[in-house]
Amino acid sequence: MSQTKTKNLKNFSTSAERFEGANLLCPGCAHSIIVREVLNATDDNLILAASTGCLEVCTAVYPHTSWDASWIHIGFENGSSAVAGAEAMHKALKNKGRLKQPDRTPKFVAFGGDGATYDIGFQWISGCFERGHNMMYVCLDNEVYANTGGQRSSSTPIGASATTSPAGRASYGEKRNKKDIMAIMAAHGAPYVAQVAPNKWKDMVKKIQTGFATEGPVFINAMSACTTEWKFAPEDTIAISDLATESLVFPLYEIIDGTELNITYRPKNIIPVRDYLGAQGRFKHLFSKQYEYLIDEWQNRVDAKWEYLQRREEARV
Amino acid sequence: MAELFELNAIEVWDGNMAASHALRQAQVDVVAAYPITPSTPIVENYGTFMANGYVDGEYVMAESEHGAMSCCIGAAAAGGRVATATSSQGFALMLETLYSASGMRLPILLNVVNRAIAAPLNVNGDHSDMYMGRDSGWIQIDCYNPQDVYDMNLVAFRVSEDHDIRLPAMVHQDGFMTSHTAQRVKTLPDDVAYNFVGEYKPMNDMLDLDNPVTHGAQTEEDWHFEHKARQHHALMSDVIPKIQKAFDELKTLTGRQYNLVEKYNMDDAEIAIVCMGTSVETAEEVSNELRAQGIKAGVVGIRVFRPFPLEQIAAALKNTKAIATLDRSSPNGTVGMLFNEISGALFNTDTKTVLTNYIYGLGGRDLTKSSLHSVYRHLQANAQAGHPTTPLQQFIGLRGPVLSFF
Repeated sequence: MSQTKTKNLKNFSTSAERFEGANLLCPGCAHSIIVREVLNATDDNLILAASTGCLEVCTAVYPHTSWDASWIHIGFENGSSAVAGAEAMHKALKNKGRLKQPDRTPKFVAFGGDGATYDIGFQWISGCFERGHNMMYVCLDNEVYANTGGQRSSSTPIGASATTSPAGRASYGEKRNKKDIMAIMAAHGAPYVAQVAPNKWKDMVKKIQTGFATEGPVFINAMSACTTEWKFAPEDTIAISDLATESLVFPLYEIIDGTELNITYRPKNIIPVRDYLGAQGRFKHLFSKQYEYLIDEWQNRVDAKWEYLQRREEARV
Repeated sequence: MAELFELNAIEVWDGNMAASHALRQAQVDVVAAYPITPSTPIVENYGTFMANGYVDGEYVMAESEHGAMSCCIGAAAAGGRVATATSSQGFALMLETLYSASGMRLPILLNVVNRAIAAPLNVNGDHSDMYMGRDSGWIQIDCYNPQDVYDMNLVAFRVSEDHDIRLPAMVHQDGFMTSHTAQRVKTLPDDVAYNFVGEYKPMNDMLDLDNPVTHGAQTEEDWHFEHKARQHHALMSDVIPKIQKAFDELKTLTGRQYNLVEKYNMDDAEIAIVCMGTSVETAEEVSNELRAQGIKAGVVGIRVFRPFPLEQIAAALKNTKAIATLDRSSPNGTVGMLFNEISGALFNTDTKTVLTNYIYGLGGRDLTKSSLHSVYRHLQANAQAGHPTTPLQQFIGLRGPVLSFF
């Protein structure tokens, strides 16, 4: 396969654009950073799909398109199946000798938000992974239904204030822990499952390229800091992302063949979870006397998860 | 290369087997499907063909009907021939994506084996699912027997994939009555059938790597109306002539004659039943019995349901004195769909005929000849009186007290 050289950020950021800057995403939206990092990780042709969501509504509003690669959107729940159908057609036409460019094999990639992935589209993704389509599914995980104005999803973390789980005098906001989508996708026996963050771009590109080199379904969970719903200044996207990865709220790791877990980034100086929470408006209420106890609980949960990941890695199971 | 399947000139097939062989002969590139009674054997048969080397396309067994149609849409946008099958609840689950397929102008063939829709759960044939699809922007062709199913599948591929049309098509057959009842089916050799369907010619195909395309863009109030109007225009203007052309060529090839509107004993008919599916043939038999008694009874069968051939229907019925429209779907709060469609077809014409509506056969309840005889008796009375002598809407074949409205 053909790979973009990723020696340095300048080289990487100036590679051919197949996702145009002309789009309607919010200033500071991490989606566009992630999508560019995924697309620029290969020189191969791409067949892309997007589920209904921020990325979709901001990049293909007729008569414009931000995509210089074939792209399809059907609905909220079925971006995975759309690209799986295209992948099946590619196989059929290859077998029948009817491909127009038989010497080139495109990569098949579906993008969906956490609403489209953790919630409404989960069955479709699970079906695609069970059937073993040769595709990559990238979840742009901003932990909220951002496109429709900030409703909670099953990726919304505990204590976050979302419009359908608002914080108030009688509630600290979201009551449920974020769903562990990585474990669920690994349990499908997928050959490659990885968690990435756009601020750790080298780690991310390496994982995307590993994914592209993998036969079968690949799942990527990409943390996508949301300036609008997480409530931070648009210029702070990377700073917030750094807080997430340095505090281990969002650990970076990969799971190979459903079992072999590798931690791919270890912060030199782990920062307190409090610093991550304090930088975002969605957690502002946790810093009141009434709800402050939740910050300690948060820290304990993050510590326990990190401990668990390290034990998994060490045990090689 | 798929192996040749040696068929007898006449096979004994049920409607499902007829559909399976048509898909095989059309050399479909991707079948993505999910099983549901009574359409399941279509994909089971197809899977067996594949397992024995008669199919070289891809066969995706999806996790639901919604997933199946979603895969079909992705596959069709990628640029190749696509087909699937479903019924009833599966059809209802697909519904969202049916609108996507037509709005995205993607040719896909869907065999719908008509079945009631729950609740109460029921696996037998009625037309609830077919009616549910009627605003979805698909071409809908109705079959009365397994031979129709075979022929209409071949016709539907041609019309649906025509570059002037690029709209998905449903081929409807009655659950169990057609799908599971084996009858004689005249076949075409594989190469002849394939040549009739023609090679798939891609357009705006995602897999043309040098010409990237965007499928499924968003349009709001600035463009949505124009897009939907254009889609409707394609359905209204181009489909009927192309179906007629396909029917003509099929007749040349096979001698079998199909029509946009199927008229039986209608040349001098004074009373007529309008219906769909297997009921058409039962009504034809009853009209023959009445003809033997000197009663001028005829039958109009809907063959092309969408686009609705309004002028042709009006022409077929223009000399009648009384018409009964038979609907095999619960209208749930109004008159039956066919009553409305036929009223609409005749309203601005000079035809003065009496129109009544019968609801029958829900959940697979048999439509008996004696029920049809009684409908024709009502029609005779209506024709003579020049106005309805019965309530406008009546339920027939229903146990318990007589149910009628209007």
